Amino acid sequence: MLLKANRLRELALGPVLMLLGLASAGAAAAGDKVNQVNMAPGATEIGQSIYDLHMLIFWICVIIGALVFGVMFYSIYYHRKSRGVTPSTFHESTKVEIAWTVVPFLILIGMAVPATSTLLEIYDFDDAEMDVLITGYQWKWKYEYLDENGENVSFFSNLRTPQGEIYNTADKGEHYLLEVDEPLVIPVDTKVRFLVTANDVIHSWWVPELAVKKDAIPGFINETWTRASTEGIYRGQCAELCGKDHGFMPVVVNVVSKDEYAGWLETKKAEAAEIRDLMAQTFTLDELMTRGKAVYERNCLACHGANGEGGVGTAIAGSAVAMGDVSGHLEIGINGVPGSAMQAFGGQINDVEMAAVITYQRNAFGNNMGDMVQPIDVYNHKKG
Amino acid sequence: MGDHHHGPAKGLSRWLFTTNHKDIGTMYLWFSFSMFILGGAFAMIIRAELFQPGMQLVEPAFFNQMTTLHGLVMVFGAIMPSFVGLANWMIPMMIGAPDMALPRMNNWSFWILPPAFLILAGTLFMEGGAPNFGWTFYAPLSTTYAPPSVTYFIFSIHVLGLSSIMGSINIIATVMNMRAPGMTYMKMPLFVWTWLITAFLLVAVMPVLAGAVTMMLMDIHFGTSFFSAAGGGDPVLFQHIFWFFGHPEVYIIILPAFGVVSQIIPTFARKPLFGYDSMVYATAAIAFLSFIVWAHHMYTVGMPVAGELFFMYATMLIAVPTGVKVFNWVTTMWRGAMTFETPMLFCMGFLVLFTIGGFTGLMLSIAPADFQYHDSYFVVAHFHYVMVAGAVFSMSAAVYYWLPKWCGRMYNETMGKTHFWISFIGFNITFFPQHFVGLAGMPRRIPDYALQFADFNMMSSIGAFIYGASQILFLYNVIATIVAGKPTSEAKTWEGAEGLEWTVATPAPYHTFETPPQVR
Repeated sequence: MLLKANRLRELALGPVLMLLGLASAGAAAAGDKVNQVNMAPGATEIGQSIYDLHMLIFWICVIIGALVFGVMFYSIYYHRKSRGVTPSTFHESTKVEIAWTVVPFLILIGMAVPATSTLLEIYDFDDAEMDVLITGYQWKWKYEYLDENGENVSFFSNLRTPQGEIYNTADKGEHYLLEVDEPLVIPVDTKVRFLVTANDVIHSWWVPELAVKKDAIPGFINETWTRASTEGIYRGQCAELCGKDHGFMPVVVNVVSKDEYAGWLETKKAEAAEIRDLMAQTFTLDELMTRGKAVYERNCLACHGANGEGGVGTAIAGSAVAMGDVSGHLEIGINGVPGSAMQAFGGQINDVEMAAVITYQRNAFGNNMGDMVQPIDVYNHKKG
Repeated sequence: MGDHHHGPAKGLSRWLFTTNHKDIGTMYLWFSFSMFILGGAFAMIIRAELFQPGMQLVEPAFFNQMTTLHGLVMVFGAIMPSFVGLANWMIPMMIGAPDMALPRMNNWSFWILPPAFLILAGTLFMEGGAPNFGWTFYAPLSTTYAPPSVTYFIFSIHVLGLSSIMGSINIIATVMNMRAPGMTYMKMPLFVWTWLITAFLLVAVMPVLAGAVTMMLMDIHFGTSFFSAAGGGDPVLFQHIFWFFGHPEVYIIILPAFGVVSQIIPTFARKPLFGYDSMVYATAAIAFLSFIVWAHHMYTVGMPVAGELFFMYATMLIAVPTGVKVFNWVTTMWRGAMTFETPMLFCMGFLVLFTIGGFTGLMLSIAPADFQYHDSYFVVAHFHYVMVAGAVFSMSAAVYYWLPKWCGRMYNETMGKTHFWISFIGFNITFFPQHFVGLAGMPRRIPDYALQFADFNMMSSIGAFIYGASQILFLYNVIATIVAGKPTSEAKTWEGAEGLEWTVATPAPYHTFETPPQVR
């Protein structure tokens, strides 16, 4: 039926699009998904059942539509006054009314049966082989692989598309707006359970080809799952309006072989161990400044400006916070300013990064406070 | 009472202090049209930004304000008041009453509307901008994370709700008490029936909306945590309350449209409505069902499976009475003697496009499939097929149908038909491709999109500009008719028209049915 739909598209839409001169060259880069007109069955069994259900109901609607519109257009053509017809006066027929109440009802039962069975399949969360905690943030996703031994691996997944592409100063890449710095990696043929929540407002985690869409709600944890049967990269987006950059928090899932996944997980665990080692170190001011600059550019620059001059956020150059008490500065960095755009970064960057960026803010942009924050200070501040 | 026969007062005071249902109806209609233009302008900004991938005209933050205000203005400012205006004009004339039952309240319920919308539109110029959380204003985006203007938005919603409740009480009181002798319930024109049921829906759900925004107000300013999990509240509770209002709300919008179509199709088919009784029962059934299906807007929030099943089955059931309506309209046309003046064309457009919107509605009711459709452009396409091609088309039909009666002048048929065809074509170019991008995975309410959606979005934007322009033609056509249309004094403008409104003089005098007619 997909073939049929494709053929239909070519036949019906091709000429229309050409007439309008819309066959844009830029879009061709995005590959076979360009001008996709129908749902994709995707890479999961559930996706296939949903697709079949969708097509079943679509065709039922097409048939009913053809009948109703057929009668209507027959009538419009043959029962028009200009053909000299005299109007009938018939009206009211209980038999007919009962018929067109009962028949649709039976058709609905026919639809409800497969719909129910697919729904029950989707709600079967048992026997998941691994769990991933997904947390929505304004405006990025955090993935945390829950490990039985407590060796959790977690990272943030941010939009990778450069501002220049968005603001049309650079050519748009193939996966414009659908690319991230670090995708979620899951193994093929494995039932992966997703626990979905949010840190601030409601988001919704959607990957069409994995047939998963679940709202991420602050304070609540939702369950959903997938089992991808084909390796590949699957792309989706946040589906629930979540503020300014709702359109700029894509989801990218990389489905890999089980071996590759195991290797990847080991690497991530090693990285995590490395960071734990770093936490115990004491850094020099220069080391902190170098690290801090990188952290600043990734996390702070968008709101506070390249030179700490401010923007959406307050200015950091010469600010009372950056030039005041260290613990007040740490407090804002770690816990944010509730009710404002200043987020709590305590859970988003690690203690080394936090120490570095606070140090950087206190010594860059002419602030020159000369003091330093070490990872242990961040740790102690978090402990209270 | 003979001495009190007088015409309207002169000047501005006529409009400010009027208690006349026709004057108030006229004001409602003009007000709603101006809101339609305003909401349309917001839509044009949205479509212009979406013309191509990349950010060109506005910033994402402003884009969100546009989608929010477009929805709010169209639902609460354009569609709802337009049907209240129509009710004001037509219900007394259709049931043989001299005026609405509560004329002073009628004046009040109109005149609080413009200030409410002034406040709402004024938020655009406030610090932090206008509401930017979508017309469905889900918490906590609309509470903890909202711009300061949210308080003005809440006040404005309260006032709109007040206006709607007063308007509905008035309609209920009028229909129940002021019918002419012999005008039994089951002889009332369907437009009156659908409005009576709509009015009950409004009285039932507007206070729920008021409750929702009051809880938001408390959360924002008085330290409560109704919708904040951190304080023991529940963000999903907001959605339950909102949609308990929101789902009946969509029937509040569409039922009067059903009423209009049920008046017009028999006129131009020159044949009585097939199945009047079942149309009344179907309307009542839809109204009842509208109260028990709200969570189909929330299939992805993580309801238990039993909840999903209940709301899925209940929602699917709506297809039955809706189907009954469509079958009855089509059967009314069958073996009639049809002509296709502008009102009939708009009704035919309604019938085809609303049915398509109904089909996509049925698809959306299927919970597992909705996991893919939800919050995608497929939903945007669906509700514009029912809201625009449903409510707005039928409203256009109503204006062309009754305009000669209102002003004693005939509109230009060629211009009317041109308006229809441009609207119909523009509408479909706009919204049909949105089904495709939605199914292909484009989420709604995004200011920028991936490259594979580019062609259909450009098409959609072009259609939107065409549709937008056709409404200017509509405005011109209406003004040209009022100012310089061909005068007509025929009581019955349309050969096949039935009903009391066609028994009074044309143009309808300032006061009608001061002596009630006898209905047999």
